[in-house]
Amino acid sequence: MAQPLVKKDDDRDDEADYSPFLGIEKGAVLQEARVFNDPQLDARRCSQVITKLLYLLNQGDSFTKVEATEVFFAVTKLFQSRDNGLRRMVYLIIKDLSPSADEVIIVTSSLMKDMNSRTDMYRANAIRVLCRITDGTLLTQIERYLKQAIVDKNPVVASAALVSGIHLLQTTPEIVKRWSNEVQEAVQSRAALVQFHALALLHQIRQNDRLAVSKLVTSLTKGTVRSPLAQCLLIRYTSQVIRETGVNSQTGDRPFYDYLESCLRHKAEMVIFEAAKAITELSNVTTRELTPAITVLQLFLSSSKPVLRFAAVRTLNKVAMTHPMAVTNCNIDMESLISDQNRSIATLAITTLLKTGNESSVDRLMKQITNFMSDIADEFKIVVVEAIRSLCLKFPLKYRSLMNFLSNILREEGGFEYKKAIVDSIVILIRDIPDAKEEHSSSLLAGLVFNFCLNLVLCCFSQILHFIGNEGPKTSDPSKYIRYIYNRVILENATVRASAVSTLAKFGALVDSLKPRIFILLRRCLFDNDDEVRDRATLYLNSLGDGSVAETDKDVKEFLFGSLDIPLTNIETTLRNYEQNPTEEPFDINSVPREVKSLPLVEKKAPGKKPTALGGLPPAPTSASDAYERLLSSIPKFANFGKLFKSSVPVELTEAETEYAVNVVKHIFDQHVVFQYNCTNTIPEQLLENVTVIVDASEAEEFSEVGVKPLKSLPYDTPAQTFVAFEKAEGVPAVGKFSNTLRFTVKEVDTSTGEAEDDGVEDEYQLEDFEVVAADYILKVGVSNFRNAWESMDPETERIDEYGLGPRESLVEAVNAVISLLGMQPCEGSETVPSNSRSHTCLLSGVYIGNVKVLVRLSFGMGATKEVAMKLAVRSDDVNVSEAIHEIVASG
Amino acid sequence: MNLCPAVKNILLLDSEGNRVASKFFTDDWPTNKAKEAFEKAVFTKTQKTNARTEAEITMFEDNIIVYKFVQDLHFFVTGGEDENEMILATVLQGLFDAVAILLRDNVDKREALENLDLILLCIDEIVDGGIILETDASSIASKVSTNSIDSAAPLSEQTLSQALTTAREHFVRSLLQ
Repeated sequence: MAQPLVKKDDDRDDEADYSPFLGIEKGAVLQEARVFNDPQLDARRCSQVITKLLYLLNQGDSFTKVEATEVFFAVTKLFQSRDNGLRRMVYLIIKDLSPSADEVIIVTSSLMKDMNSRTDMYRANAIRVLCRITDGTLLTQIERYLKQAIVDKNPVVASAALVSGIHLLQTTPEIVKRWSNEVQEAVQSRAALVQFHALALLHQIRQNDRLAVSKLVTSLTKGTVRSPLAQCLLIRYTSQVIRETGVNSQTGDRPFYDYLESCLRHKAEMVIFEAAKAITELSNVTTRELTPAITVLQLFLSSSKPVLRFAAVRTLNKVAMTHPMAVTNCNIDMESLISDQNRSIATLAITTLLKTGNESSVDRLMKQITNFMSDIADEFKIVVVEAIRSLCLKFPLKYRSLMNFLSNILREEGGFEYKKAIVDSIVILIRDIPDAKEEHSSSLLAGLVFNFCLNLVLCCFSQILHFIGNEGPKTSDPSKYIRYIYNRVILENATVRASAVSTLAKFGALVDSLKPRIFILLRRCLFDNDDEVRDRATLYLNSLGDGSVAETDKDVKEFLFGSLDIPLTNIETTLRNYEQNPTEEPFDINSVPREVKSLPLVEKKAPGKKPTALGGLPPAPTSASDAYERLLSSIPKFANFGKLFKSSVPVELTEAETEYAVNVVKHIFDQHVVFQYNCTNTIPEQLLENVTVIVDASEAEEFSEVGVKPLKSLPYDTPAQTFVAFEKAEGVPAVGKFSNTLRFTVKEVDTSTGEAEDDGVEDEYQLEDFEVVAADYILKVGVSNFRNAWESMDPETERIDEYGLGPRESLVEAVNAVISLLGMQPCEGSETVPSNSRSHTCLLSGVYIGNVKVLVRLSFGMGATKEVAMKLAVRSDDVNVSEAIHEIVASG
Repeated sequence: MNLCPAVKNILLLDSEGNRVASKFFTDDWPTNKAKEAFEKAVFTKTQKTNARTEAEITMFEDNIIVYKFVQDLHFFVTGGEDENEMILATVLQGLFDAVAILLRDNVDKREALENLDLILLCIDEIVDGGIILETDASSIASKVSTNSIDSAAPLSEQTLSQALTTAREHFVRSLLQ
């Protein structure tokens, strides 16, 4: 599809619209490309033709396979020319043509010659081109040259080789990993960018080896890193190391924090900012650690560069979500940003202020925002509305001014998404702030009536009506809503009328005094011209009784207000199947599966990206155990296992980067243990079906397998679960070792169409073993005052014994070992061992299976030969449990 | 997890949002249609802002976009939402200044199209497959322009004339600032 640059008005304004590519046509250019075949090459002309070809490609013109091949072969002739400029263009177009494997062979020798050329420019570019178009087989031939190039004294050549290495690592990691010696040498390079590229590659080669990464970071943070870009990389690696190690050692200072802090004084802004951002993102960051970073960001707020202001305010916005107090110092600077030319900066400033503001500043802020709202785009308004919602939840006393603001903006013009955000916010606020309910349900309705006239989109109506139906009857004067609702029945289309009928019925069910009036209204709906509206009216008239003022049946209320606990998508698919295969039997709701299906990959990749949430609130985290419990109870086989006692953290059963990634979560019930295997298929060309895990429990004699829940299908990159359940004696902390094999049917998938082939092959995949240990039967439950808790327990249940733990590196190691063995919660920070101390007391608390509370007091002492001795005192609600704890320690 | 700073695309559009030269480094925009839609959307979003003295910045579809305008040319550099804004701004500045050197401070659409080979080479020298190669404008420009020097010229003369050109350009630039 040619896309000429000719514009319609080129006659009028010929001079300004002149373009060297005016009226360019693919066919003609391909003809021109014949000059490449001339025996006497005209370098200048050839360059021009290549530029034209590149122009066409860049404008989105596509060459057919034949055309591309022709051009490619013609271009290869140009390697005869010794003109530098032309050679450079040749490199460029070869990359853009992305030749196929059999074509690559044609240029390989030319490019390899250039790779050994004395001209640096040739070497660097030939490497980049060759690595771009080559595949694994060819790579082994040129590997030697690439290794040389990495340590080449010309920085451009070295960078070219290193960057190519980073790209190749994605496709042929095993080859690139062999270069680590050379890359290591390049990290020491004096050229700034070579160091940057070498560092990036070295880290990627070693990223799965935590120890190596940690060593790398340790050595480099002490040395000198020249390029700001490399410094930024190092900061990222450092914070990764901090994330992975920081949790264990809570002894005062965080490792590497000093390094991050020193980067705040670097001369390059990108490094300062990277370090400030890294500090704000540390987990459990303290105010003391935050302060220097916030100070730097505050300086950036008044920078003349918009990019810097944006970066700073965006970071502060994120900090405000977790540490609002730390950001308050910047409030004055941020208020001046409300009038910033760049509206993204202004919006971020506003939302940050809304998060950090205190109760007294709300009114002033709202005044400023009101002026600001009229001149920003809808997407920013939505962000502001969301920020106001969370502010209102924080300061319920201020709801009046905030609600007024929302009601006012609801009356102003705006798109659907924006209006919906406002309605959502109001609904949430009315639901959560009791005072607001009465006052604002009516103002909301009034606002909506106004909007109804403006033809607001449907789903808002039904949402509002549903909401009023649930909340309205509980207010002191429900009768005033009825008129509003009935107006909907008269004015709106069928969908809204039907929701309005349901809403009326809810009023009727809850407010007995209103019943006669509701009945009159519902009877009128019987003459509606839409089936659904009439059906609903009939249904409700019959279920609500005889129209007299009388108590409504509990069943009816349940029917009206109860929610459906089956995913709607499942009902939909089941109903479709039912329709397609007509049978005599009526549809049975119980045949609908209750588990939530994972979405197939195709849908996931759809452009489901949310509109940019500038500082939008993250979804509320639901606790993992809740999620597990819901998941397990949705599986009929496991539903009768009783209450879930504990779910372990996932244990990896595969190495990173293997074909199938599997980890296991151990769910402990009173009489059962369920293993949840989370599987991920990392091969795009495969679809796995009937996935099960075959568990060999021969080393776990107390367990017997009772059920398996296979996984029907496991498409690429969509994690899913299969389960295996075991039975064990009630309340007994049975332990054992389990060996696992993944068994499945594998089907080839055509990645271009996403279709799987019909027949598959059975296959197995060996997983690592794991154990159920005593710690799995103990819940980590802390107590606030250990001494009180300890003394309130019956001293009769106390069991004391002493153990020798053998020689240990340090007390810390011994303490951690015992804590992880017991899997109990350390109390009052007693898990932290002061450095160099020779004795330590650690307090633990937990709940043992069968809901027995256990407290443990551990006293450690270290002798001169690093022999560690431990005194273990246990108190619990049950003597047997105290003894069981001792057994765990004795056998561990 | 890839921690390396990455550029998603570099766009050079004219004052009506048409493509002069664009390079996309990720698969976020698989078809030319998607690419053009992105360019149009970014252009419309930034059109009314004044990004002539300092680089400006915005967010769009989970991307950070830094941009700068000169005459009838609009320069854009896009990165992921977690990218360090300053790194993207450095890339943009490198591109912007290198183009200015290559076009001898005569930066407009017409000049850019007439020297499209230089522009494309320039982008090629700044980012390789999303990884930043070089951000220093004079290094980028010298890497691009060494190529246009005739290989027949004697070696000593070549470097000397090149040095003179660079010196002259620097001098002109310092006067203009």
